[in-house]
Amino acid sequence: MMAPTWIAGGGVICGIGQHVQACVQAFQRMQPGMAPLQFLRSAHTAFPVVEVKAANDHLAQLSGLPLSTARTAMLSLIAAREAWTSSGLDEVRDYRTAFVSANTVGGMDKTEDFFPAFLQDQGKGRLHGVSQHECGTITEVVADALGISHHITTISTACSSGANALMYGARLIHNNLADVVIAGGADALTRFTLNGFNTLMILDTAPSRPFDDSRRGLNLGEGAGYVVLVSDAVAKDRKGLWATLSGFANANDAYHQTASSPDGTGNYLAMQGALHMAGLQPADIRYINLHGTGTQNNDLSEGLAIARLFGNTPPPASSTKSFTGHTLGASGGIEAVFAALSVRDGLLYPNAQFTTQMKELPFSPITTFSAGNDLRHVMSNSFGFGGNCSCLVFSKGGS
Amino acid sequence: MEQLIADLKAQIIEQLNLQEVKPEDIGDDAPLFKEGLGLDSIDALELIVLLQQYYGIRIANPDDGPRIFTSVRTIAEFITEQKAK
Amino acid sequence: MKIYINGTGAISPQQTAVGAAFWPAVQDYTTNRLKVVDPDYKQWIDLKQIRRMSRVIKMGVGAAQLSLQQAGISVPDGIITGTAYGCLDDTGVFLQKMVVQEEQMLTPTAFIQSTHNTVGGQIALLLGCHAYNNTFVHRGFSFESALLDAIMFLREGEARQLLVGGLDEITHFSHAILQRFGLYKTNPGHSGSLLQLHNKGTIAGEGAAFFVLGAASTPHTKACLAGVQTIYKPTDNAAIQQATTLFLAAHGLLAADIDLLITGRNGDVDDDQWYNTWTTAHFPGKPEAAFKHLCGEYPTATGFGMWLGANVLAHQQVPAEAMYSGTVPAKINNILMYNHHLTTHHSLILMQVC
Repeated sequence: MMAPTWIAGGGVICGIGQHVQACVQAFQRMQPGMAPLQFLRSAHTAFPVVEVKAANDHLAQLSGLPLSTARTAMLSLIAAREAWTSSGLDEVRDYRTAFVSANTVGGMDKTEDFFPAFLQDQGKGRLHGVSQHECGTITEVVADALGISHHITTISTACSSGANALMYGARLIHNNLADVVIAGGADALTRFTLNGFNTLMILDTAPSRPFDDSRRGLNLGEGAGYVVLVSDAVAKDRKGLWATLSGFANANDAYHQTASSPDGTGNYLAMQGALHMAGLQPADIRYINLHGTGTQNNDLSEGLAIARLFGNTPPPASSTKSFTGHTLGASGGIEAVFAALSVRDGLLYPNAQFTTQMKELPFSPITTFSAGNDLRHVMSNSFGFGGNCSCLVFSKGGS
Repeated sequence: MEQLIADLKAQIIEQLNLQEVKPEDIGDDAPLFKEGLGLDSIDALELIVLLQQYYGIRIANPDDGPRIFTSVRTIAEFITEQKAK
Repeated sequence: MKIYINGTGAISPQQTAVGAAFWPAVQDYTTNRLKVVDPDYKQWIDLKQIRRMSRVIKMGVGAAQLSLQQAGISVPDGIITGTAYGCLDDTGVFLQKMVVQEEQMLTPTAFIQSTHNTVGGQIALLLGCHAYNNTFVHRGFSFESALLDAIMFLREGEARQLLVGGLDEITHFSHAILQRFGLYKTNPGHSGSLLQLHNKGTIAGEGAAFFVLGAASTPHTKACLAGVQTIYKPTDNAAIQQATTLFLAAHGLLAADIDLLITGRNGDVDDDQWYNTWTTAHFPGKPEAAFKHLCGEYPTATGFGMWLGANVLAHQQVPAEAMYSGTVPAKINNILMYNHHLTTHHSLILMQVC
């Protein structure tokens, strides 16, 4: 039996709040973050989005980074710093600290601004903009600001990226290569992704309705979410630990480049693998934070995989994307924070905009917020393009 | 109709980058998806843009795809019908 | 725990995909942009699938298939890729259309294929592999991160054979942009004499190198991967010296035990200074091979370097054109590779005979 990896803290910035407590309040008050485009310039104004309600100059102030920094890096630093502070750990240099961050399009916002001039004349366009294009650059801006150099890396597996960052972080600790890992993901809304998802015709023109029979697609969001993972040795004698990361697994659907298999093979294998590692039975899980994008394809595959694994009466489940929108590379990180918080405070998050159960499924998501529940084990799902399916299980420690 | 069908075949081959497929390899009534050319959901989205680009026809609901894109002839019929409106 | 390199495959600016131990004859270039020599990808990918694939995806799938063939397996227990730039060509195509067409009438293919894990996903799809699949995108550490993940995975005992690769492509756009950053020589001369130049800049390269790494040896085993170490933004040369000493000690080795060095020399006077200092300080007079005059400079070039090292150990010979200094030792047991990318991302990779 491996020594457990602990969650010592977490941080989130997204369209429903600029720190964890604000997000919880938004769930409690039933306030999803969908709104018309406000900060991103794009021709596609018909789609509601869930932007972080702050212009770049405000984020620069909050993060302490120069205004010319890619928005994703600013979001990333704000959430990573909150995570670190909430953990109560002193200096990053006191430990072998690693930073494992995920994102899907790096500093694409700056590349988008660079491109029009560059296309006119390849000698034009300010190079500073495109210098943040690589995904890894975003991670380094944040690692440098936090003073982390022991181990840093970046993961990009589309919409499961953030969850995979937690897995890799936990394994760095298991393999005794780090004592403390800040792990999660970040992604700002960009024209590239908004246009990309539009070509797939899976953007809803109304607020998304995950796991609803009338669902028509997803809303894009943006943000960042990180947990602080600590080894059992670091966790010893510390108070206020949130949970343990008791199980995780990644599996591949190997069905289609973008679409999920009809029976959700990859989803099923990921959930099964995570339960297996945690040494749990499906009945032990008390809440599932669904991937739940609101697309026809995802929710059906995920729902059928859950029904197959959990039977006709699965535990309470909801998609927090019905509040935050789909934050892509950040979603696995943001939802990991929500799930770990679920264990700590017994939180069940509502699924907004829900009215009608999917006819193919024996269950529907929960629609009200509650706190103080006894949630020993909580599951979080994240699935991405390339058939990339990940599942994390968080548990109360000391069991 | 015959000209439209011939145009469509050339356009489909180009848009979907169907290497080593010639227009005469595609039967007017042959299924495009699964069997026949073996196209998939991404191709359906590409074809939706094709109709918009070449014929100015917008398909708002991707669920209409399978019916319209059954064969080259059904696409041609759909275009003719839309143009008549 | 030993990690066994049970198969290797490379698609590179050299003819590395035609079944020779290294390449039939070295390819010389006189440009500052080295392109891969494309094999016939249709031997691995059917027409229905190949039509959507950009060059980097084909390179990746091809190199992966070569390494699986060598290892004699069809489905690995996991697929891990490293790529700094990802699918740049598809990214550029989509961006350009987005700008030129003012966000109208865009098609999904380039967007879908631009995702960084496309290559890992496509390989899984082609092989029907439901196992672990991860993609690292950390600049000059992308390939090293993938290696480290694989080493951890094999140590954890859940997997027996993993497919691991590093790959990057250079495109018209990226070459134009990186050229403006001053990365490349304007008069590169012959690539064969690149390492003798002592001025600014290097030459751009690209390629894909894949490996089947196993927890046990097989009849196909070529060499062992003993360890990987990354050093991020070292303050000075001394930090590299210290890391090297610790790295060797962790593997029970002294500098004298290393039979052959492989360095990431690239003909840029400032970049090469790091290699000069390192070899002089630690390994004076030690035979040294190099590879970037063969594959060009790119963030995952260490994949090509490791491919070279593994095959040197397997065949106990070094192609003459890869030798930078010294003479090839009679017996090569330990190879230490040192590389840095843009002076910020340094790595050490230790390979041994099994």
